[in-house]
Amino acid sequence: MRAPLSWLRQYVDVPADLSGRALGDLLVPLGMEVEAVDERGDDLSGPLVLGEVREIEELAEFKKPIRWCRVDVGPHNADDGAGGLRPRGVICGATNFAVGDLVVVALPGTVLPGGFTITARKTYGHVSDGMICSVLELGIGDDHSGILVLPPGTGTPGVDLTGVLGVRETVLDLEITPDCGHLESVRGLARETSYVTGGAFRDPRDAVKEPAPDPAGWPVRIDDPSGCRRFSALTVSGLDPSLPSPLWLRTRLHHAGVRSVSLAVDVTNYVMLELGQPMHAFDAARLTGGIVVRRATAGEKLVTIDHVTHSLDADDMVVADETGAVALAGVMGGAESEISDTTVDLLLEAAWWDPASIGRAVRRHRLPSEASRRFERGVDPEIAVAALQRAAELLVEYGDASVGALTVTGGPYDPPVISLASDLPARTIGLPIDPVTVTQRLQQVGCDIPAGEPLVVRPPSWRPDLRDPADLVEEVARLEGYERIPEVVPTPPPGRGLTDRQRFRRRVGRALAYTGYVEAISPPWVSEADWDALGLDASDPRRNAFRLANPLSDEQPLLRTTLLPGLLRALRRNVGRGLSDVALFETGLVYRSGGEDVAAGEVLRPGVEARPAPEVLARIERVLPDQPERVAVVLAGDRSPAGWWGAGRAAGWADAVEAARTVAAEAGVELVARHDEHAPWHPGRCAALLVGDTLVGHAGELHPRVVEAYGLPPRTCAAELSLSALPVEDAPPAKAVPISAYPPAFVDVALSVDATTPVAEVEAALRDGAGELLEALRLFDVYTGEQVGADRRSLAYRMCLRALDRTLTAQEVNDARDAAVAEATRRVGAVLRERSPG
Amino acid sequence: MSAPNKDYDPVEVTSLREDQVEAMRDEALAAIAAAVDLDALREVRTAHAGDRSPLRLANAEIGALPPAARADAGKRIGGARKAVEQALATRQVELEADRDARVLADERVDVTLPWDRQPRGARHPVTSLMDRMADFFVAMGWEVAEGPEVETEWHNFDALNFQPDHPARTMMDTFFVEPPSQDRRRQSAVSTGLVMRTHTSPVQVRALLERGVPVYVVAPGRVFRTDEFDATHSPIFHQIEGLAVDEGLSMAHLRGTLVHFARAMFGAGQEIRWRPSFFPFTEPSAEFDLRCFACRGASVGDPDRPCRTCASEGWIEWGGCGMVNPRVLRACGVDPDRYSGFAFGMGVDRTVMFRHGSDDLRDMFEGDVRYALPFGTEI
Repeated sequence: MRAPLSWLRQYVDVPADLSGRALGDLLVPLGMEVEAVDERGDDLSGPLVLGEVREIEELAEFKKPIRWCRVDVGPHNADDGAGGLRPRGVICGATNFAVGDLVVVALPGTVLPGGFTITARKTYGHVSDGMICSVLELGIGDDHSGILVLPPGTGTPGVDLTGVLGVRETVLDLEITPDCGHLESVRGLARETSYVTGGAFRDPRDAVKEPAPDPAGWPVRIDDPSGCRRFSALTVSGLDPSLPSPLWLRTRLHHAGVRSVSLAVDVTNYVMLELGQPMHAFDAARLTGGIVVRRATAGEKLVTIDHVTHSLDADDMVVADETGAVALAGVMGGAESEISDTTVDLLLEAAWWDPASIGRAVRRHRLPSEASRRFERGVDPEIAVAALQRAAELLVEYGDASVGALTVTGGPYDPPVISLASDLPARTIGLPIDPVTVTQRLQQVGCDIPAGEPLVVRPPSWRPDLRDPADLVEEVARLEGYERIPEVVPTPPPGRGLTDRQRFRRRVGRALAYTGYVEAISPPWVSEADWDALGLDASDPRRNAFRLANPLSDEQPLLRTTLLPGLLRALRRNVGRGLSDVALFETGLVYRSGGEDVAAGEVLRPGVEARPAPEVLARIERVLPDQPERVAVVLAGDRSPAGWWGAGRAAGWADAVEAARTVAAEAGVELVARHDEHAPWHPGRCAALLVGDTLVGHAGELHPRVVEAYGLPPRTCAAELSLSALPVEDAPPAKAVPISAYPPAFVDVALSVDATTPVAEVEAALRDGAGELLEALRLFDVYTGEQVGADRRSLAYRMCLRALDRTLTAQEVNDARDAAVAEATRRVGAVLRERSPG
Repeated sequence: MSAPNKDYDPVEVTSLREDQVEAMRDEALAAIAAAVDLDALREVRTAHAGDRSPLRLANAEIGALPPAARADAGKRIGGARKAVEQALATRQVELEADRDARVLADERVDVTLPWDRQPRGARHPVTSLMDRMADFFVAMGWEVAEGPEVETEWHNFDALNFQPDHPARTMMDTFFVEPPSQDRRRQSAVSTGLVMRTHTSPVQVRALLERGVPVYVVAPGRVFRTDEFDATHSPIFHQIEGLAVDEGLSMAHLRGTLVHFARAMFGAGQEIRWRPSFFPFTEPSAEFDLRCFACRGASVGDPDRPCRTCASEGWIEWGGCGMVNPRVLRACGVDPDRYSGFAFGMGVDRTVMFRHGSDDLRDMFEGDVRYALPFGTEI
């Protein structure tokens, strides 16, 4: 809401020396956000004087009409060289004035708003000794089609107009919270201002003498009181449509950010801004029969004043005459009955519309307006008649119209009654506030409170936001001042700290960061094209994605079922920016089906009166998708960089597997890797990762086609696993192991195995075979070549054997080694190639 | 070697004469002093203290002396040998020290050579800051609560007292979600009851429903709104929500909690300001601002000292808060006549921006490693 300070001052006393900024600072503690304090015209210097046009000479030799005018500016007239004065010569490009008209003249030396300095200068063959101003140049309007012509009798030539034109104005741009409809008006803002300045508030409603309903008024029937509580209408006749809005009114509208259109439209806007009641003016001649306020019939057509044809919904409230809808209630009028430059008889309408209905219609038809904004936020149900009368009086005064008859249809306003324990404000605010103060504060905002305990509070009609005791507590709190509230630290019962999973989540991030991965956070939106780029089969469950009904981009309407698309895009972005060795990780939720089909069941949305029953809560919950937490890494380039020490080491499939193991280690579990063929990985370089029998993820090098589809560096690697699937809750405390101080025995074995036999299986056999004496087992060489034969490979292991209670004998060492080899032979057909004693 | 002399031949043994012994000793000491390195000293040792050295040979002659003279000669030779041994030991230490110094000097390296063979990674500052924020509350005995990101409309709005068609709800710029099975044409105008949560406040509802009262929890998490990316907007961002419901809680407890939190995050003496505001799920409600820690308000009205951190406003908007609306308590089965509570929430990304001088919100969600790396693993 943009509030010109001069308008506020009309209804509340504000100290003359209080600046706009200072007033803004005072309003902040009441709950208004001051977006800007605009000191308009404060850069104006030099006088703006009244000029009377004495002569006009049309200069025809130019491409556009140019006038050479003689303008009488009284004492500011030019020296005629003979000891006298003569009217000033001024060049003007506008043609909307005649000899005898009164105009605004900026004399040489004047600086207009915006920093435009007027000088006497030669132009179009004459010296222009000043400028005749338009409202745009004066900063009081948008119209630049002609200069500003003042009404006759405005004053004598040469008088200073600076103070009366409204060029200098302080405009407060206030952000109003959506509960405070009453602050979307000068009336409401002036009232609030009085709370902080202490100045007297003069309710503009009181300045209007409200007429009584007249049976001769326009017939009105409300068919749906749930959408319209009350509908008031006032006829105005005999308007002279050629008469313009007065300058002061246009200037105020301009400062308030509203365009001037015509007297009738300007007046309805002016009254809306002043009193907060949106109204609509119909051309009475274009209405047929009585008004009916009803819901639209589905598909009913209405052309609104912006010339858009709307197909109405059965939920839309409309104002209709005998021909059909003539206005989308509270949102926008119809073109058919719109007032025009020939309208002489009007029907002014001011109603109280159901805010929720208005909100639905606005969103359905995408028609937000200043009117609907106010109806949605709450309009004073008792202001309509005053608003109609105020508008009618302005039309009488400036449009030569006469006021007709008033119709008021609908029930009276019945304010809610709130029972308030008088100590509730003190208890809630944490500040000693006695019941007398509570009563005074609530009366200050207009509440009616008869004596008694608990307090029985009737909020004023302009405060529909006051419904509950808590609402009243807030009124007391903000008037007493939030800054007075003391600081007390509450004492919660003993907490249990972070959960195991919360700790685990942090460890995963740290562990990956310590091993060189940088965390990325990607938007979770993907597209069908991602599934194709990842090479997912048509039946892959990852294609079964939830979808945004209103995505930011139609390119990415799906919710991710895997972290990889976002992370791969981030990787490509890094590489595109010249970074070659990149390792990224991301943890986050993916969204997978599992929720109950919403389409099959009705959406449950119980109210706030009580806790929903368990079965209702369960049904509410059941529509949610599964949202497991996952972690992914992607890496490309060198894992270990080249340097003065030599070459770097390229990132490979094994780094991806190792990253997964790093994550699992933080959960205290060991991952088992198993070869797998799983998109988007390279079918020969993909590990399925298991904890026990549970598949928790995959790792390896990406499929070359995936690399190509995402524009990634060759051999890009990735791992993704489910953090939710890793068991971290209620894990037993890790057990200490006894440490042997006896010397170890080392023994190496080289085994020849089939080339396709996974090392993990060989290793498991050796461990199981060696038994408890085996302290450590390390694969130190893998060899393929002639000496082992085709399709075979040699694996060389060093075994470290040790007992807890003795030095091992050579026999024991040999027995353990032999047992290990025998088990490997039995399980995977390993052949001992050579042996070496430790 | 000669055998022990059994004869008592009073012949004088020249080599055992005092002047001879002193000469042998002095010659040895001179040679020791002259040894320039450990090899030379080894030769000197052999020559002057070895089995064939003059002093050892002379020592062997002691038996040839008459018994009365033996003690005297023995003492002389012994004294000389001891002096030589001592000199050798001393010189040995000296020469070893010399050698060590030389060798270690030769092994000197340039310790400024880089050795960044294992690159460091980093956590995202939003993640780190959420942890840090949560830690403040955990240290006070609060717990960390969680909730889903795809949320039901009931949890995100209805239970939080957002009226179905109220502007407070429609202003939230909500992403609505449809399940995979949805027939899109048929259902396009029908709400599925699923949204991307627009704030972390639905976790308040979950905490009250699941934990009961008293409850003191914070809920850090990711939220979504239909804002296009620009320097200060993002469709994905993060909040931390706080909720305390107990007997006797007032706005004073809320204020105390927030002030101490602000000081933990921004330093002792950090001031906050409250402005009345509106949220459907709190009443009374407030927004709270931080006194700008860059200019401390000095930039206000002083065009010569513009402040980028607070846009010369003197205050930085931080979040919203209030007393939990009794309607929300009732919706969660909590008796508002017995219990009261407060809630608050603030943007984590925004906090990273002004706490760490991060200018463009887009940088946070592009995954450029150069963004997160300077933040390390903790901030």
